[in-house]
Amino acid sequence: MAEAVIFWVCAAGAVATGVAVFRVDSMARATFALLASFVFAATPLLLLGLSYLGVLVILMMIMEMVVMAIFMIMLMMNPAGLMPMSMVHNRRGSLAIAVGTFVVLGAGVLLVDWPQRAGTPPEDVTFALGEALMGSHMLVMLVIGLGLFATIVSAVVLAHPRGRYDRFGDDLRGRPADDPIRGGVGR
Amino acid sequence: MTLQAFLLLAVALLAVGLYGALSQQSIVMIMMGLELMVNAVIVAGAAFWFFVSPAQPDGQVVVLVAVTLMAVEMAMGFAVAIAIFRSGEIDMTDMAAELRD
Repeated sequence: MAEAVIFWVCAAGAVATGVAVFRVDSMARATFALLASFVFAATPLLLLGLSYLGVLVILMMIMEMVVMAIFMIMLMMNPAGLMPMSMVHNRRGSLAIAVGTFVVLGAGVLLVDWPQRAGTPPEDVTFALGEALMGSHMLVMLVIGLGLFATIVSAVVLAHPRGRYDRFGDDLRGRPADDPIRGGVGR
Repeated sequence: MTLQAFLLLAVALLAVGLYGALSQQSIVMIMMGLELMVNAVIVAGAAFWFFVSPAQPDGQVVVLVAVTLMAVEMAMGFAVAIAIFRSGEIDMTDMAAELRD
């Protein structure tokens, strides 16, 4: 009973703060509304016994939203919400598509004959996850690792202000680099 | 708590995120909408694990992949936002129309 109450409070909170992300007047407030939505949505995971994944989502989202708040204040107009802010296009069309998606998928959720529960959770679900990632699901772990590494490299390359062509010019054998401050080994 | 309740929560989060991703002009706000949609996948994956096949860890692995996807999406989204802002002071999607013609 208590679990059901917590679930519905968290579900309502997650959706309400999710809506608030696109309704508040300040970018910083939108970021923290999104953080609240993530924390509300991660609490049901804890109710299901997924303590590791639930805490992981909460901790990761706190870090992510703090980083996002910095970007918000750095890049976006009106970070403090001192004036009304509305940056939308095709609001009606988007709303219609979103409501339509909710109605169709919601009807599917209620009408589909979902399979019966097979088996019971293991005693230590986190151990089972770790064992799967290091054993039968090793490929998933490899792909995740490679993907994260590729993301680090690509993000640095994209965000760097002076790329390869700024430093060496169009000629692939162009040396030395045209840097404002010379340095490095033998440059 | 039932599977349907969890899936309804996931559908609601997906719909809200879809609205945000479609309607917002700011690149970072679109990313917020996408994150809400991935969050819906996390909730649905965890619910399927618990209510359909709790003996297998597959549902948990899906949740882990979705969490990683969220981190990758944010890192690459911000990198692209910085790159496009550097190239032409663009921070709204409607301003990034170089490929229109």
